[in-house]
Parts: sequence; structure tokens; C-alpha cells
Amino acid sequence: MRQILDPDGRLMADPPVDLATTRRLYRSMVAARLFDRKCVAMQKQGRLATYAPYEGQEAAQIGSAAAVAPDDWLVATYRDAAAMWMQGFPWESLVLWRTGDERGAAAPEGVPVLPPSITVGAHMLHAVGLAWAARLRGEDRIAITYFGDGATSEGDFHEAMNFAAVYNTGTVFLCQNNGYAISMSRKEQTKSETIAQKAEAYGVPGTVADGNDVLAVFAATTEAADRARSGGGPTLIEAVTYRAGPHTTNDDPRRYRDASEEHEWARRDPIERVRRYLEANGAWDGAWQHDIEVTETDVIEQAVAAAEALDVQEPEAMFGAMFAETTPQLSDQLAALRETR
Amino acid sequence: MTATTIADAIRGALAAELESDSRVMVLGEDVGRNGGVFRITDGLQAKYGPDRVVDTPVAESGIIGTAVGLAIGGMRPVCEMQFMGFSYPAFDQIASHVARMRNRSRHRFTLPMVIRMPFGGGIGAAEHHSESNEALYVNVPGLKIVVPSTPYDAAGLIHSAVADPDPVIILEPIRLYRAVKEEVPDLPFDVPIGVARVERTGSDVTLISYGAMTKEMRWAADHLATEGVSVEVIDIRTLVPLDEATVVASVEKTGRAVVITEAARTGGFASEIIAVIQERALYSLEAPIQRVTGWDTVFPLRRTEEYYLPSVERIVRAARATLEA
Repeated sequence: MRQILDPDGRLMADPPVDLATTRRLYRSMVAARLFDRKCVAMQKQGRLATYAPYEGQEAAQIGSAAAVAPDDWLVATYRDAAAMWMQGFPWESLVLWRTGDERGAAAPEGVPVLPPSITVGAHMLHAVGLAWAARLRGEDRIAITYFGDGATSEGDFHEAMNFAAVYNTGTVFLCQNNGYAISMSRKEQTKSETIAQKAEAYGVPGTVADGNDVLAVFAATTEAADRARSGGGPTLIEAVTYRAGPHTTNDDPRRYRDASEEHEWARRDPIERVRRYLEANGAWDGAWQHDIEVTETDVIEQAVAAAEALDVQEPEAMFGAMFAETTPQLSDQLAALRETR
Repeated sequence: MTATTIADAIRGALAAELESDSRVMVLGEDVGRNGGVFRITDGLQAKYGPDRVVDTPVAESGIIGTAVGLAIGGMRPVCEMQFMGFSYPAFDQIASHVARMRNRSRHRFTLPMVIRMPFGGGIGAAEHHSESNEALYVNVPGLKIVVPSTPYDAAGLIHSAVADPDPVIILEPIRLYRAVKEEVPDLPFDVPIGVARVERTGSDVTLISYGAMTKEMRWAADHLATEGVSVEVIDIRTLVPLDEATVVASVEKTGRAVVITEAARTGGFASEIIAVIQERALYSLEAPIQRVTGWDTVFPLRRTEEYYLPSVERIVRAARATLEA
């Protein structure tokens, strides 16, 4: 398993980036955690529908998304708001979608991020197709796709890995092995020693990184992205991490895992180790921490306020988004709905 | 203009699309070197190369799922499911992603892609090779579904489907691939999606069908004509969006309707057509609407296949029932 920063923030290998960049990664992880906790709070207040928290997985998402180019496609899931945000998806949209509004799934023009996938595993194939299209069109773009350990049991994982290999697409498969597919532990899901070793069966390089080590994830993703961009084809990265919270806000992890395990993983927190590393190198102090928390909180609060201030969509939005040109049936049905409200 | 089969018309139309638009690509199992199991894509890979006419692994979900990415990425994929009965592994991709991407992303990402599915029985095929499960797809909002039954419509609907900014499923009646010949004008030309074709006008009863059953429908109409019955014949050609106006106008004129499909009866597309007539033309009806369909059984193997498919006799009897009501 590739590690660069140990849980105490000590370097175990040469870092892939300088301290200034590490500070940016740190700040992004802090912002991502603030957003996640804000969403959990909003769900408890009844302002969001079910929410799938990602606390504990910030390094896996931020470290990988930071390693791709602004033009690269990013295809992720409902638990990957941090990765999507890193690739340009606004907090406002990310919270809007979770309030129950389709507009929040639409990336702004120029942001190469697909709507978050809720079906488990299906979206990996979309990332293969996107990278394939880029190659056919001679574009200098790759695709990165995010999924969990649970998704590797889906047939679409197999088909995506196989197609990516067969057509040599520039696809980075970023598995956040967070230990659980809702309630089923990673060891129960597959007899494979690692998720990464599954890559071998497809003729694809597979690698394991400490998913709570943002520098290790960054380094592994940079290598995979370079390979993809230079025509070397796909890579499977297994980022070993831990979902600190429940699967969703409707779930109680006490039913399937011990508190002791959560405490053990809390010691390996992805943010704290970077803080220690930065502090030991004179690149962190309490005043800066306070400053970034205040600033990022303000940005997130403004995004939330903007999302909640949006008017509810008119029925036309629902009917009008089915096809480029509406059908007689949809027009009739819209009229029928209009008559009753 | 030369006489051509549906198979040749589809091949010609696909070639014309590949020729005129470098974004168009064909992908599916055995579509390249082998030219497809029905030889629909024969010769296309030799002419347009393996990047544009792509042999895929045997993975229907993989074909459709990658096509979603290809389409968003700027290509215009035309996917072949080898048989409709083998499309189910792709059902999640079709229902959960193909049909929804425009809506989910509020127009930000759209899917100009085509899914071709040979469908229907009557060729004595192995199990799963004769399915007519269009109702599964019809009930998924966000898909357009067309069914050519003539060479002209096949070529025109391929062109319209590839040009369409949204996903279109083309159901190709296996039994008719090489059963009919027709002169087809120079490609490309357009057969609009969502427009039925009244192919024979009459005043006593309306027969409505699509796909391979149009053949039995026409024979039944011929037979009824010998009995002095004036039959209107409609090939609806598009299941979604259904051309309700043409169906309703016809039934308002004739007052009688028989809907013929080879799909299983319960919840089949015949039921939808009948519901539309009931909603919009009930007071014009002189008799209960009849439907002639496949049965609610598993599609039988070769030796008993004829039990299943609606026969000319069943259609004629249903028409007579409306006339004698």
C-alpha cells in the first residue's frame, strides 16, 4: 500500500507536491468536511432529503480530483460531492440536488462532471465511453470515475474494466474502499485479498494507496492520469479509507460494526495527519486554521442560502426535460397537471 | 431506385450515416468482421474501419453504458443488441441512464444515440431469440421507440433516429428482414418519428399493427376485402410517441378497431392503443375493440411457434366480431 504521510503526519516517502500545494489540498479537505457536516445538519433539520455523508474520505476524493486536469471528465456517485466540487461543480448545485431539485445535478457549462450516479456501478461505463470518445476525437482528455468497494461486485464494474482495457481508454478507476457496502464489510463482499488485484484479470494495472493519505492518493492518481493521457490506458486505484459516518442519514452503523473500529479509524483521520505535517514544517498555525474555517464556512453558507432561495421549478421543467422537442402526450399531460394546480 | 429488402435498407442507411457524419459509429456483438448475425452491418467495418464499426465483447450493459459516455463525449453511437431477448442485461443502463440523462441534467447532457434491436418470432429460432417485449421499454419515459416494417420506413427511420437529439430504440422485425422488397429512393431521406402510416383506406373497420404482424394484417385485409369489407390499415411505425391523432381519426371514421401485436397480451402495447381509442373515440365505436395478440405464455420453440403468433384467421375472426357486434 502506497503511503507518504503516516497517521502522525510523518513523511514515509518523498512528497509529490510542495508545501504550498499541500496547504491547498489541506484547505480543500477542510472545506469538504465543513460542507459534509453542514449537509448532515441540514438533513437533521429537515432541509435535505436523505444524505450520504463522506466524512473520513476527504483525502481519497480531494487528492484524486486534484490530480486530473480541469478538462478531464469526472463521473462520480452520490457520496462524492468533494471530488465533484474539486472539478468545478459548485457547492450551491451540490446542496441544491440534495434538497431535491434536479437543477443541482446539472454541471455549469464547461464543468466536465456528469450528474451523480445513484445506481451502483453503472456510471463507470459512462466514464469509459467518455474517455473513448475523447480518444476518437483526438481530444487531450481522460476520465476519472469514483465508486466504492460495494460497486466492484456489480457486473458493470467488470464490463467497464474490460471495455476500458479492450479499447485502451484513458480511464482512471478510483475505488474508495471505505470498508462497507452499506452493512456488508469489505471482507464479506469478495474473497479477493485487495480490490486492486481485480485489475490484473483485465490486463489493467492496479494499485493500492492509503486513501486517508492525500499525498499518496495524489501521487497514485497522477501516475494513472499520466498513463491514461499518454495512451497507456486505464488504471484501477484502490484508495483504502473508511466511512466515518453512516451509509446515509437513515442508517445506524451500530447494527453492523463496532465503535472500537470507528475509534481506530478516527486515529487515521485524513485531515489531522496533514495538519501535523504542515505544522511540523512551519506551514500551519491556529490563526490560519481559524481563517480558512471562517472563510470556507461563509462560502458554503452563501451557497446553501442561494440554493434554498431558488424558486421551486414549474411543471414545465419536468415535462420539458424529457426530449429536445416535447411530444403530444407530454403536452396533454402537462395541461392536465396544470388544470389541477 | 432499386428494389431492396429491409436488411439492405438498414445497411444502406447506416452506411449513409457513417459516410456523412464522422461522429456516427456502430457498435455491437459481431457487427464488424462478421457483419452481424443478420448481416445487417456486413461490409461496414471493411469500409469505415474498426474504430467506427466496433466489435464489442459480449456485454450488453457494457455496450449501452459506454455508448452513454460516447454520446455525451460527442459521438453518435448506433448500438446493436443482437436480439431483443438479449437486451435485458442492458435494461438498467437503458432505463436508469439512457432514458433519463437529459432530464436528470436538465438538458446539460443529452444522448443522441440509437439502439437497434432485432425482435419478434416466426423464424424457428432458439429460446430467447423470438421475444417481443417492447412493452418493457415503452413504459420507460424518455425513450422514443420506432418499428419499421417496410424497406422505405426502415431506411427513413434509421436516418431520423440517428439525426434525433434524443435516444431512439429501433425494433427491427426479424421475420421481415428479407421477406419484402421495395424500391427505396436515394439516401438519406426522412421518415418522421411519431407519425403513423395509413397504408390502406377503408370505411368498415380499422386494423392497427406494427412490425412483423403487419404482414398478417395486410393478408387479413385482403381476405376481408374479398368478403366485401372495406378495411383501413394502419402501420403505426412509432410506438413512442404514438400518433394518436391518426388512430383516433381512423376509428372515428370506421367505428371499429382491431389491434394486432405479437407481444404477450397482458400489459402489452395493444392495451395502450386500445386505451387511447377508448379515451378519445368511444362514442364513435360501433363495437367493442378487439385485440389479437400473442399469448401470456413463454414464446414456444420452433415446432409449436405457430400456436403463438397471431394468424390471419385470428385477425379475420376478430374483424368479423366487430362487424357482427
